[in-house]
Amino acid sequence: MEITINWYLSLSAILFVIGVLGVLFRRNVIVILMSVELMLNAVNLTLVTFSQSMGDAAGQILVFFVMSVAAAEAAVGLAIVIAIFRNKLTVDVTQINLFRY
Amino acid sequence: MIGPILFSVFAVAAIAGALGMLFSKNPVSSALWLILTLFCVAGLYLTLNATFIAVVQVLVYAGAIMVLFLFVIMLLNLAELPRLQTGDGKRFLGYVGACGIFAALMITTSSALGVLPEPVSVGVAAETGSALNLATLLFTQYALPFEVIGILLLVATIGAVMLAKRRFV
Repeated sequence: MEITINWYLSLSAILFVIGVLGVLFRRNVIVILMSVELMLNAVNLTLVTFSQSMGDAAGQILVFFVMSVAAAEAAVGLAIVIAIFRNKLTVDVTQINLFRY
Repeated sequence: MIGPILFSVFAVAAIAGALGMLFSKNPVSSALWLILTLFCVAGLYLTLNATFIAVVQVLVYAGAIMVLFLFVIMLLNLAELPRLQTGDGKRFLGYVGACGIFAALMITTSSALGVLPEPVSVGVAAETGSALNLATLLFTQYALPFEVIGILLLVATIGAVMLAKRRFV
């Protein structure tokens, strides 16, 4: 049985949806940030699959940039989590509702 | 013959890691499951002959980013949280939305079945994903975005330090 690029795309779709479920249903802010990283990884897998199957390296340059943006996002996001934890002593998203009312 | 076996092993392990991240109660074990997934994605890059991106994936994701996550989890003295959010109506809506996204992605994937051009040969793919080819592109055609990414990382570092240091009353 030959592994075509559809297999890689389907796997990427599954990983992306698991990330979406994590963002929607988890209560811990840190786990939500990890789910965002998982979604970025799924998209990276799609980009690399297309790039390699078409022999065009531009997609992998884009993956390189996505990784840099993910690193920046993780650093800033976790700094915000630390700042919120100092004030409210929780990382539960249902408790962090400063802007709600 | 080795290709399909490697793909299946990495794919199953990646999905298992992602599900483990989704369902484990402790954030530390969530992070460890996610590291398993990231390593498996690096392995999948190797099966696609994208060697440079596979190495960068292990260095940046499994190395730097997940160490940052684990460090912050250990830094904060976390209480145990309930595993999943409650609230029935919203939860049902979330499941419907996730199923919709999955259906849309799978329809797009299956519609690509006969349309996509034939994949290039393994030799060409290995040359495309090599560090030499990517570095040549990165420092010639994409030199400006590369410098801008450097500035972005500097700004993110300064912002993270400022956010974590300052006391908001």
